[in-house]
Amino acid sequence: MSQQTVLYDVPGPRQRRITLVSSLVATVLLLVGAYFLIYRPLDAKDQFSMELWGPLVDPSNENFSLVWDRIGLGLKNTLTAAVLAIISSLVIGTALAVLRIQLKSLTRRRFTGLATPVSYLLRGLSVLLSAVTRVCVEVFRGLPVVITIFFVARGFPEFGITFDTLWYLVIGLTIYNSVVIAEILRSGMEGLPGGQGEAAAAIGLSPAQTTRMILLPQAFRIMLPALISQLVVVLKDTSLGFIISYEETLNIGKQIIGALGNPIQVYVVIAVLFIAVNYSLSKLAQYVQRRLSRGRKTAATAGQTAPPAALMSQSEANGTGI
Amino acid sequence: MNVLIDKFDVFAGGFWLTLQICVLAAIGALILGAVVAVLRISPVPPLRAVGTGYVNVFRNMPLTVVMFFAAFGLPALGSNADFLRVPGLEAIFSRLDTDLPYFRFALIALVLYTAAFVCEALRSGVNAVPAGQAEAARSLGLTFGQNLRYVVLPQSWKASIVPLGSVIIAMIKNSALIGFFGVVGDLSATADQLTGAEGYAFIPVAIGISIGYLIMTVPLGALLDRIEKRQAVAR
Repeated sequence: MSQQTVLYDVPGPRQRRITLVSSLVATVLLLVGAYFLIYRPLDAKDQFSMELWGPLVDPSNENFSLVWDRIGLGLKNTLTAAVLAIISSLVIGTALAVLRIQLKSLTRRRFTGLATPVSYLLRGLSVLLSAVTRVCVEVFRGLPVVITIFFVARGFPEFGITFDTLWYLVIGLTIYNSVVIAEILRSGMEGLPGGQGEAAAAIGLSPAQTTRMILLPQAFRIMLPALISQLVVVLKDTSLGFIISYEETLNIGKQIIGALGNPIQVYVVIAVLFIAVNYSLSKLAQYVQRRLSRGRKTAATAGQTAPPAALMSQSEANGTGI
Repeated sequence: MNVLIDKFDVFAGGFWLTLQICVLAAIGALILGAVVAVLRISPVPPLRAVGTGYVNVFRNMPLTVVMFFAAFGLPALGSNADFLRVPGLEAIFSRLDTDLPYFRFALIALVLYTAAFVCEALRSGVNAVPAGQAEAARSLGLTFGQNLRYVVLPQSWKASIVPLGSVIIAMIKNSALIGFFGVVGDLSATADQLTGAEGYAFIPVAIGISIGYLIMTVPLGALLDRIEKRQAVAR
């Protein structure tokens, strides 16, 4: 409702009447449109018949338990892949973020006290490493996940490394998502006030301790909503497993359609399952965001600042994967 | 590495087809997304509900499911997506040697899916305009249309250009999926064809395909970073 306050005044009696009338007209128009544009074509093709819906919704149908057993298996496989991919990309993403931050601070070090050639060598090395990680991040962030998964599934057997298809999917998802998570965490850490790191150095914490005890926890906290929406992306992306014939929900759906010939019905059920899970995850992200912004207001004395709007928009935009 | 030189025309053709579908889908998604955004901020509750429902459905559904709906659901209804055969698009569709409906199915799926994200980007832009701006405009006596045209939209445009760009980049990446839904000859289908059926070495093909996508995504991302930095200073 917040957008109401931007664009419109608080409605008076006349405006309220107009809104009511136009609501009624719009409802009628929408219903008529839905009837003629959606219901009629579907009904003309007999898409509402029990023959097509029965195996999915009618427990007395002979195929019902069989179909739902298969869908249950698909859901289990989808969740397995998603959970594995989430855990590994969180771990690798965190490591990558720390690595990039450390390398960046290394490039600013001058290595005084060492022989001149050695210090030049070290400086060159750190600049090189920093550039290499940067290029890797840009490349894997710019490649489509589908292509990454496909490359993993095609490329690994080429070099004689073969796994279960589950692991191809997990590795492909991890490559892409760990890079994205690393970028989220890195921008979270760089968005922190500089005083945090300086104070940690002043009380004698080592760089590793500073990262572990001061920077990372705050970055996680600030970036939690963005991280949760990235989890939604991972869950959605597991549906790409079908291209490497991993038995996830969609692939199972395809098998069911092959046997029963009811594509629209099966996809509606699968879509509803996905939407239910992802919608609740997005709601959780919103709730966490509200909690965090409220907490920040009360703890204003801590001197914490909200992450710059640019960072938030960037991390939110990352949530627009497949 | 010979495959990169021998099959350069195949890679270039794949790149060209991917670029075509991306441009078409971007235009379609921007138009549809703007319509949905207007619905979502309209003062009429049922229209708002339709907009919100659309965004919630398509944002929480994998693109793969939308693609399956388009590629297998529409044919089950006996539709070949012929309603997209308007004169301008027709010329592009006929460029394909075999006039398969899959290009149109893929286009429909990409547009429907991306429009939800475009809508959110536009709406967040409108919401980023401080309420005082519109109130001031109203108290000056500007009408609703003038208010939108001179006060709200110029400012919301600034706030939504970067999210919109990210949405378009994500869409370019998502378009890789079409190669696995029967569209022949785009970059991802080319990768499948060259490494699978024609048995070329994997690494050179992978490099060629990656370059094809990175040419599209990395410069756009760099451009967005620049815009974002400039705006950060302006604020």
